[in-house]
Amino acid sequence: MIEVSELTKRYGSKTAVDHLSFTVLPGQVTGFLGPNGAGKSTTLRMILGLDAPTTGTATVSGVPFRRHPRGLRHVGALLDAGEVHGGRSAAAHLSALARSNGIPRRRVGEVLQEVGLAEVANRRVGGFSLGMKQRLGIATALLGDPPVLMFDEPVNGMDPEGVLWVRRLFRRLAAEGRTVFLSSHLMSEMENTADQLVVIGRGRLIAAESVRDFAARSTRSSVVVGTPQAAELAAVLTAAGASVEPEGSTGVEKLAVTGLPADRIGALALDNGIHLNELTTRTASLEAAFMELTADSTEYLAGQPR
Amino acid sequence: MTTLTSGPRTTPVTAPPARFRDLLAAEWIKTRSLRSTPWTIAITLLFVIGSTAVATLADKAAPSGPADFRPYDAYPPAGYWTLILVASSMGALTVVSEYSSGLIRTTTVAVPARGSIVLAKAAVTAALWTAVGTTASTGSFLISQVILNGHHADLPITHPGVLRALVASALLAPVCALVGLGLGVLLRHTAGTMVAGIFTLVMLPPMLSESSRWAADVKHALVSAAWNRLIQTWGPEPGSLGYTATVSGSWLVYTLWPLITVALAVLVVKRRDV
Repeated sequence: MIEVSELTKRYGSKTAVDHLSFTVLPGQVTGFLGPNGAGKSTTLRMILGLDAPTTGTATVSGVPFRRHPRGLRHVGALLDAGEVHGGRSAAAHLSALARSNGIPRRRVGEVLQEVGLAEVANRRVGGFSLGMKQRLGIATALLGDPPVLMFDEPVNGMDPEGVLWVRRLFRRLAAEGRTVFLSSHLMSEMENTADQLVVIGRGRLIAAESVRDFAARSTRSSVVVGTPQAAELAAVLTAAGASVEPEGSTGVEKLAVTGLPADRIGALALDNGIHLNELTTRTASLEAAFMELTADSTEYLAGQPR
Repeated sequence: MTTLTSGPRTTPVTAPPARFRDLLAAEWIKTRSLRSTPWTIAITLLFVIGSTAVATLADKAAPSGPADFRPYDAYPPAGYWTLILVASSMGALTVVSEYSSGLIRTTTVAVPARGSIVLAKAAVTAALWTAVGTTASTGSFLISQVILNGHHADLPITHPGVLRALVASALLAPVCALVGLGLGVLLRHTAGTMVAGIFTLVMLPPMLSESSRWAADVKHALVSAAWNRLIQTWGPEPGSLGYTATVSGSWLVYTLWPLITVALAVLVVKRRDV
């Protein structure tokens, strides 16, 4: 379990993380989402005791991470796949880490097998592709068989097969009762993997809830209605409490309706003798929910001066 | 530290602390798994001992001059200043390479006790470079004796000051490697660390003259000047106008430089964000 309480990090006048509080529970995959520059990596570094918080606390299994004597046995972390010495072989890299934590040598072979790097174990890491380095980073995280795992953007540079493998791995680790905390700026990545979400923007907590609740509460699902009597229908629906916006290109009479379910719209149209030629419910996507919620807190917007 | 220690402690830490022996073994694996390590050491040894051979062969005064000057041939500046450069750079690289690649974060997550990491690195570096330094200085002594023997001008190791010169030259490498390592932790940048190391260890001493008190004091507090004094088997000339370093003071310089830089590194690394 990871507990973060009122965590704040300031660099000079800039506040990277602002009174952040959340809990990551075992047995689930928890996604950690936010636009670029939202403070995800800074938060992960503070949880791992690499950066000292300005105020607030972060604990892993109830203890500040820096007090854990053998880190790899408590947390497996992949922060950046590039954080290896290019001149060493994968096996040597892992052997040194294993030895520092008193982990038996056979684990090195086991984790290399697990991530599919057994055949290149003795090749220099400098020649690895980004996807292979990600696999090595995951092997490093698994080395100490830890109850808590943290990954920062783990699928970057992976091929589709690798992405599927990683998703299955995360699901399995969570099913084994471990805490799996996964950061990404890609919402779509979470849709298939995460059970819970922690969403931040500009260092502040935006949401901490299940993936389903998150999708449901934000983008109100809308209904698209096609009708030759658009103006009439709009008046009826507005009177019934819905909000109506014209949809699609001009000439095609379509309305996007929010605030009323499809069956109520159909009934209202029938009651008022309005002809419908389309009635489609559009469910909210996680991506849309994410964009909507973080729109105000995006740190770097392309081409828009702030 | 203050903010981190105030957290609730609901589960006791049951795992035994990382054993220092394991940290030493881990650092040794890191050192020997780099191909550059054996190559750099082999080439450096060849160059240092070769430079001794050249210097001794060039010493035409050896057969006729005073015996005290002869062991000095074994430790020519060309070879030993190179040893200083290589040892300090390699010592620095053990930490700077981790900072520049970001590997230091992986290392620190594995072993959250940062001071122990620095001490383990220092211990492995000291041991490795003591071995290299001893090989270099013994090799230098032997080859110069073989050449001097050709002129029947060889000296036994028991001759006053000869053993001291051999030990001081052997320890020059680990002293410089540790200073480089300490500077590496403090500065973290590859180029900055190299320049700082070269400046304090090699370039600064010749800039300082021994004719004024303060300049001589600063110079004598530097590692390469201390080494210079320790390999001189003769005492200060009575008529000399300059200030001469003492032997005991030079040993102190040898001890304090690595001690202070590594101690500073341990202090800084505990307080700084990784």
